[in-house]
Amino acid sequence: MYSPLVSAHAGKKLYEQKPALHLQKPASVALKDCELMKGLFKDYEVGDFFDEMFSAPGQVRPHYDLLYQRFQEMEVDEFERKCALAEKSYLNQGITFTVYSGDEGTERIFPFDLIPRIIPGKEWEHVERGLVQRLTALNMFLHDVYHDQRIVKEGLIPSEIVNSAKHFRPEFMGFDVPRNIYIHVCGTDLIRDRQGNYTVLEDNGRCPSGVSYVLENRQAMKRVFPKLFTKYAVRPVDRYAQDLLAALRYCAPGGNPDPTVVVLTPGIYNSAYFEHSFLARSMGIEIVTGNDLVVQNSRVYMKTTKGLKQVDVIYRRIDDDFLDPTVFRKDSVLGVPGLVEAYSKGYVALANSIGTGVADDKVTYYYVPKMIKFYLGEDPILPNVDTYLTSDDTERKYVLDNLEKLVVKAANESGGYGMLIGPHATKEQVEKFRAAIIADPRGYIAQPVINLSRSPSFCDGAIEGRHIDLRPYIISGEKTSIIPGGLTRVALRKGSLVVNSSQGGGSKDTWVLDGEEED
Amino acid sequence: MLSRVADSCYWLSRYIERAETSARILDVNMQLLLDLEDSSPEAIQRHWQPVLATLEDQELFTKTYDTITADAVMEFVTFDKKNPSSIVSCIGNARENARTVREQISSEMWEQLNRTYLYLRDGGGRHDFQDSPIDFYRRLVDILHGFQGTTDATMTHGEGWDFLQLGKYLERADSATRVLDIKYHILLPKGEQVGGHVDVTQWMAVLRSCSAMEAYFKINVGHVSGWQVAEFLVLHDEFPRSIRFCVDRVDGALHRISGCDRAHFSNEAERLSGMLKSNLGYTTIESVFQQGLHQFLDQTQARLNEISAAATKTYCYWMDESAQTQVQA
Repeated sequence: MYSPLVSAHAGKKLYEQKPALHLQKPASVALKDCELMKGLFKDYEVGDFFDEMFSAPGQVRPHYDLLYQRFQEMEVDEFERKCALAEKSYLNQGITFTVYSGDEGTERIFPFDLIPRIIPGKEWEHVERGLVQRLTALNMFLHDVYHDQRIVKEGLIPSEIVNSAKHFRPEFMGFDVPRNIYIHVCGTDLIRDRQGNYTVLEDNGRCPSGVSYVLENRQAMKRVFPKLFTKYAVRPVDRYAQDLLAALRYCAPGGNPDPTVVVLTPGIYNSAYFEHSFLARSMGIEIVTGNDLVVQNSRVYMKTTKGLKQVDVIYRRIDDDFLDPTVFRKDSVLGVPGLVEAYSKGYVALANSIGTGVADDKVTYYYVPKMIKFYLGEDPILPNVDTYLTSDDTERKYVLDNLEKLVVKAANESGGYGMLIGPHATKEQVEKFRAAIIADPRGYIAQPVINLSRSPSFCDGAIEGRHIDLRPYIISGEKTSIIPGGLTRVALRKGSLVVNSSQGGGSKDTWVLDGEEED
Repeated sequence: MLSRVADSCYWLSRYIERAETSARILDVNMQLLLDLEDSSPEAIQRHWQPVLATLEDQELFTKTYDTITADAVMEFVTFDKKNPSSIVSCIGNARENARTVREQISSEMWEQLNRTYLYLRDGGGRHDFQDSPIDFYRRLVDILHGFQGTTDATMTHGEGWDFLQLGKYLERADSATRVLDIKYHILLPKGEQVGGHVDVTQWMAVLRSCSAMEAYFKINVGHVSGWQVAEFLVLHDEFPRSIRFCVDRVDGALHRISGCDRAHFSNEAERLSGMLKSNLGYTTIESVFQQGLHQFLDQTQARLNEISAAATKTYCYWMDESAQTQVQA
C-alpha cells in the first residue's frame, strides 16, 4: 500500500553494501606503459613532480584506483557535460563573485575542477595532529606577545620583529581575550614537496576565507558523481558550521549560556559575501553590516524592527583596520564606531580577536617551529618551508644574489599579491623586488621554489597535471577541531604555481577517507 | 528581525510585484494592438502612450527614444537597464535585496529569483521575447507566480514573510489603481461611444491585465461597463487583485508584525491602513464615481504611499532621522 516507503527502505541495502575501502584491498593497478592508460587519462603526463594520483607513469596510487576505473569508462564529452552541469548549478545558486568592469558587474563562478583530491585516512591524521599543534602554539604565542613577551625576553624572537609587525596592536598589551583564544578560525596553507611531505606554506590567522567552497564543492560532487562518491568512504564535512557556532558561543562574554552571535560582513559588494551569508545561514544566525550595529554604553546592539538587541559575539569578516573608525582607519565606512571600546571593556567578543595579524606575518612564520618547541616542548609535526629572512644580513646577501631562483613574499600581503617567483619573473620584476628588499629588509622573506604537488585536472578538454595546495580550516573553541580535508586550490594555468582565485586558481573537492586503508 | 532585513524583504517583494504588473500590462497591450483597426503611426502612438503614463515613465522615455512605437515602449519597459522600473531593473533590484537577506528567505526562493534574473539577463529571455512577446510576458508572469508559490510553501510564515506580504499587497493595490487609471488616459477614437465596441474592448483589457476577466464574468454575466469593472477592481471582497482585498491584507500584515489587535492601532502605519481599509469597506462605487474615478485612484495611490512611508519609518528607519529609503516612484 505504501510502496514508495517500502522501496525507500529497500534502498538502504545499497548503503549497507557500501564497501569500506580497507576491506576491499584494491591491488595497485600496475600498467605496463602509458598506452594502457585509457579514456580520459590516455595522454596524461606524470612529469617530474609529486603526483597525487600516479606514483609513476601508469602506476595509480591505491586510493585513486576506484576513481581511475570510473574515469576510464568516460568519454571527454560526458565529462564536459558534467562540468557544465556543475557550473550551471553554481551559477543558479548564486555561488559567484562579481567582477566590475565599466558600469556593470559580471558574475563569475570560482572555477571548480571535478577531479577530487583524495587523502588517505592515515595521512590526514598526521596532518591533523600537526595543525592542532601549530594552532595551539600560535594561540600561546599571541597570549605571550600581548602579555609578558617571554619568548622575546628569552631571546627566541627579536623584539623588533614583533614590534615592527604591521598587524601588531600594542594598544592591546595586557588585554585578556575571552577564554584566552586569539585565533578562532585559522586557515593554514599546506603544500607537498617532491617527496610528498606535507609542509606549511603560511598561516592565515585574520579572516581566512574559502570554507564555503569546501562545503559547496562537496554538494556539487555528490550530485555529479553520486555513484563514485558512495563507493568511497569519504569523511563528511557538514559539521563545520556547528563547530564554528559552538566555538563562537564558547567565547561569549561572562560565559553567557545563550549569547547572540552575528556575522559581520563588509556587504554584498565584497567578493566573499556569498561565504559570509552562507555561514550565517548555516549557523542560523544574523548577518549584519556595520550600519546594522550601534554602540551605546559600551554595549553593541543591532537595530531590529522591535528596537535594539544586544550582541554578544561577532564573527567579523572585516579586517582590524576597518572595524572601528574611531580607533583604526578613520575613513572606514564598514565598521562600527565604539566597537573597539566595547570589546576592550569585555562586553562583546570578536572572532578572530584584534591583533592576530602579528602571528600570520610571514616573518613571524619563520619562528613558528621554534615557538612550538618553546611553548609545547614538542618537535613540529609539520615542517615549514625553508625560509630566508632578508632582515638578517647574511641571509639577505644570499637572497639578493639568488633572486631569480627564489620566491620572495611581502611579509603582510595575502591572496598571492606582493610575490616574486624568481624563475618566472622578468628582469625588471626581479630588480623591483631587489630595490624593495634593500629599502625594507623587514618587509620580505624568501623561499626556494617548491614545485607543489600536482593533481590531475580537467583543462581545455583534456586531463593534465596541475599544481595544488591545501587549506584546512582549524577552529579553536572549547577544543580544537578541523573538518577533514579543507580547500584544495589548483593553479589551472599550465605550469603556474599560483593557486589564488584572483590569479587563475580554482578549487577541487577534497576527500579524506575513513578507515585504515593501506597505501 | 534586523531593520535592514525587514526593509529588504519589503522591497524585494514590491519589485517582484512591480515586474509582474509591467509584464501584464505589456501583454494586454500587445493583444489589444492585434485588434487595432487603424495602424497609422499616430494610432500606434495613441495605443502605447497610456502604458507610459500609467507607469509614470514618460519623461525618461522621451529622453531616450524619439517616437513612441511598440518596439520602443516594450524595450524600454522590459529590458532597458537605464529605466529603473523596467522589468529587468525590477528583477535585478529584487535579487540584490534578496542577496542581502538570504538567511531569511529559503534557498528555493533565492534560486528561483536568481534563475529568473539570469534568464532575463543573458539566458533565453531576449530570445523568447523575439520569438513571441506575448508568450514571453506570460511566461514571465508564470515564473513570478511560481515565486509567490515557492514563498508560501517554503518560507516560515513569520515576521520576514509578513514584510514580504506587506510589500506585495501594497504594490499590488498600487498597480490596481494604475491599471484602472489607464482607461482615464485612453481617449476613445472620434465617433466612438461610451459603452460602444471600442470602449468595451478597452475595459476588457483592463480586466485581463488584472487576470480578472473570468472572475468578473461570474458576477456580471455577459456585460462589461466601466462602472462594473471599476466596482469589481476597487471593491470586490475576495478577488486577490482588488484594491479592497489588497488593503485588507496590508492591514493584516501590519497588525501581525506588531501583534496589535486589528480593531486598534499601535503605530502610524496601522492607523493609516486601518483608515483606508474602513473607507474602502464602507464606500460604494456610486460615491467613487461621484468624486471622480481618476481623483479617487490618485488619492488612493497617495494614501498607499503614506502607509509605505510610515511602515518603513516605524520598522526600518526608526533610528536614523536622515532616512535613506530606497528610491521608488
